[in-house]
Amino acid sequence: MLLCVMHWRRAVDQRQMSATERSGAEGPAIELDRAAVRVGGRTVWEDVSVSMARGDFVALLGANGSGKSTLLKAVLGALPLTAGRLSVLGRPPGEANRTIGYLPQRRSFDQGTRLRGLDVVRLGLDGDRWGLPLPFLPARRGPGARGPKARARVDEVIELVGASEYAGRPIGECSGGEQQRLLIAQALVQRPDLLLLDEPLDSLDLPNQAAVAALVGEICRDAGVGVLLVAHDVNPLLAYLDRVVYLAGGRAVEGTVQEVITGKTLSALYGLPVEVLKASDGRLVVVGQPEAPAHHHDRHDHHDHHHAHAS
Amino acid sequence: MQADPTLTWNVGRDVGEVLEYHFMVNALLAGSIVAVMAGLVGWMMVLRRETFAGHTLSMMAFPGASGAALIGVPATWGYFVFCGAGALAIGRFSGGKSRSWSEQSATIGAVQALALALGFLFVNLYGGVLGGLDSLLFGTFLGVSDGQVLVLAAVTAGALVVLGGLARPLLFASVDADVAGARGVPVRSLSTAFLVLLGLAVAETSQITGVLLVFALLVTPAATAQAITARPGLSLWLTVAIGLVVVWAGLGVSYFSVYPAGFFITAFAFAIYVIARVIVGVLGGRSADLKAPAPESPPPRGVIA
Amino acid sequence: MFSQEFMRNALLAGTFIALACGVSGWFVVLRGQVFAGDALSHVAFPGALAAAAAGVDERVGLFAATVAVGAGIGALGRTGGAGAGRGAKMAAAAPADDAAIGTVFTFILGVGVFFLTLFSTSSGGGAGIQAAHTLFGSIFGLAAGEARLAAAVALGATLLTLAIARPLLFASVSPEVAAARGVPTRLLGVGFVALLGVVAAEATQAVGALLLLGLLAAPAAAAHRLARGPFAGIALAGLFAVVAMWGGLALAYAVPSLPPSTTIVVLAVGVYILAAFMGRRTVMMRGGAS
Repeated sequence: MLLCVMHWRRAVDQRQMSATERSGAEGPAIELDRAAVRVGGRTVWEDVSVSMARGDFVALLGANGSGKSTLLKAVLGALPLTAGRLSVLGRPPGEANRTIGYLPQRRSFDQGTRLRGLDVVRLGLDGDRWGLPLPFLPARRGPGARGPKARARVDEVIELVGASEYAGRPIGECSGGEQQRLLIAQALVQRPDLLLLDEPLDSLDLPNQAAVAALVGEICRDAGVGVLLVAHDVNPLLAYLDRVVYLAGGRAVEGTVQEVITGKTLSALYGLPVEVLKASDGRLVVVGQPEAPAHHHDRHDHHDHHHAHAS
Repeated sequence: MQADPTLTWNVGRDVGEVLEYHFMVNALLAGSIVAVMAGLVGWMMVLRRETFAGHTLSMMAFPGASGAALIGVPATWGYFVFCGAGALAIGRFSGGKSRSWSEQSATIGAVQALALALGFLFVNLYGGVLGGLDSLLFGTFLGVSDGQVLVLAAVTAGALVVLGGLARPLLFASVDADVAGARGVPVRSLSTAFLVLLGLAVAETSQITGVLLVFALLVTPAATAQAITARPGLSLWLTVAIGLVVVWAGLGVSYFSVYPAGFFITAFAFAIYVIARVIVGVLGGRSADLKAPAPESPPPRGVIA
Repeated sequence: MFSQEFMRNALLAGTFIALACGVSGWFVVLRGQVFAGDALSHVAFPGALAAAAAGVDERVGLFAATVAVGAGIGALGRTGGAGAGRGAKMAAAAPADDAAIGTVFTFILGVGVFFLTLFSTSSGGGAGIQAAHTLFGSIFGLAAGEARLAAAVALGATLLTLAIARPLLFASVSPEVAAARGVPTRLLGVGFVALLGVVAAEATQAVGALLLLGLLAAPAAAAHRLARGPFAGIALAGLFAVVAMWGGLALAYAVPSLPPSTTIVVLAVGVYILAAFMGRRTVMMRGGAS
């Protein structure tokens, strides 16, 4: 696997050089400047000024409804800003999407879906190209290469995420964690500069969370891919994080873990008394209001789940 | 019979005129019974999202009728055998959670195509003409005998008793198959049992109302009611009410017109459906704007950051 | 057999129509839109009747009706796809618009019977035969010109489907990712069902509206069972459909009492049944999924 990563890194270095030449600047991966978004008549967040450097691992945190997915969608250009500026890899949002790998929120395939994992991954490579992949046409440079090179790339990235054993099986038969890895492979296959992952750890058990977090961390570190990962719990990511963006109350706070996840910062953000406790092994526990309101629409109960595993 | 019945604005007189004739009374009775049965069974069918299966089962009447004609047995046997067999085939080969919807729907489609292919074969072998298509599709409301009404009532009563008995576990299994299964509900068998019930209901009623009309009465009132409200009791009542209204109106109007009752019934039912969807859509959009913006939840307790 | 012109015409039109049904059918089955395909085939009948009643060439009515309704279904429904929604409890069940599809097409069939009555009262007779042709096909009755036209349209539809195959697959399997990558998922969804309308209108001439289902669903379902990769699956679906068509035509030619639409559909479904058994044996041999 180390060989894969080294090969990967070399390829990305080469591409990054040309990417830099193309964009002409080493600018931030994502830059928001006093940005605001309204969805369905409601302002989700405003006055957000956040900058993410290339190659950084950033966690996007916040409670449900705070607009984390919305921010990802804005970065992808799927949602327009109602105020402020946003540039992604030096360009307006949406233009650089071919160099962005995206893992949307929790898709799980029908149990009977017969498409193989490796077909799903292959789609990430050239699924957006019209026409059929005819092997005898001249190979194009860069991603989207045809024939054996494409196949090799797909195999390479599947091995990188550790899914080689089950990639040939119908994806409907794979477990949640396995499907997640395959979808990460799909996001990685065209060697993106930036990875956007929307709650990738959400439906996984603790061992799988740790494994996927480690995988993403390794990819970020060794291949220089920037990662913006939406999560509910920062703890599996602590070892790999560079910075944190915390969304709450329609505003955002950005900084290192030590700066942001403190009682003082979070209390100011929420406008409510919030305490952050540190366990002996470094894990962080956020303690908020005694009661969540009745309409709190959590999809499943993280709290008890984590409580059960915490000890 | 009046030489040329015409619809006037005097509703009382029109209704009275219609009810003068025994065949119309029978038609109305039969239609009402069908509306009730199709409404209730169809409600469950729409809830379980088995509309495609329901349509396929109603199409089974075609080989049923033509097969029976070929062998020389009463059409009724053909209807029941084919609809029942179709229900078993669908239940056996396209049921179960391990099959994706794409596979299930492909199987149901294959079953339907096969049934129609066989039906066409029977017609050809029998040498019969397909001129009876109109009555096959839309039935012969106007030729309903007293005996037929009684049989219809009896079958309906039986079907509703069975449905009533199955209703609660079936509802449970429809909404949450995993939990129901864990609680001991025989989900798979119930599924098949419901399909058989659906098949038999279709077999009986389509002999009078025709294949297409029974399906229209299965789907449209229930779809309308469930689009309007999610409360089961209310939507059940609505389904039956809508079914009765469109049947009466359709039969009544068709008396004065040269066009078949089936057309009017489906047209009225569809009109009500569209109106309901539009109203619900407009109201739903309106209330979303008026709703206060959903407040963000405070930081959750526990280990989460 | 090949010396007979009606047979040559039937083979010409039939081969390309079968190909179109197989290839687009693979996507129809993938996206779980078999019911929509069935609905479109039912729409063809009133469309043809309406055109006939208006004195226009019935093919115009066929195409106009199916494409219009197809676009409508595509616009109404969800984007369709092989993947389920987020944790939906009824993930293995039909999409929520199946009742809407059912409602629309019973209405349209009612309209068809309206036209049937109108037609028979205005021109006396002929309507039943008209209906039968649209419902069960008249592939042995195609003239040379008609056969060539049908083949051309079907070939065009096949090529168009193949041209959009990759983005359509992407949009069906991973719609959000595809949209982020610039694939026009919504447009593809609508366009595909409209294209399906064209295929449906074409196929009604061969095997008839009610039996379109057989060529659309069964060969593709068999291909899904057997082939693993998507492009192999598409090719296999086309192959199965064409084989069923040829076999069915040959059989119907040999045994005159068997109508061609019946033989073709029985063969297509037979292939599916075979594929289902073979697929099951393979799973059992592999010892099932871990």
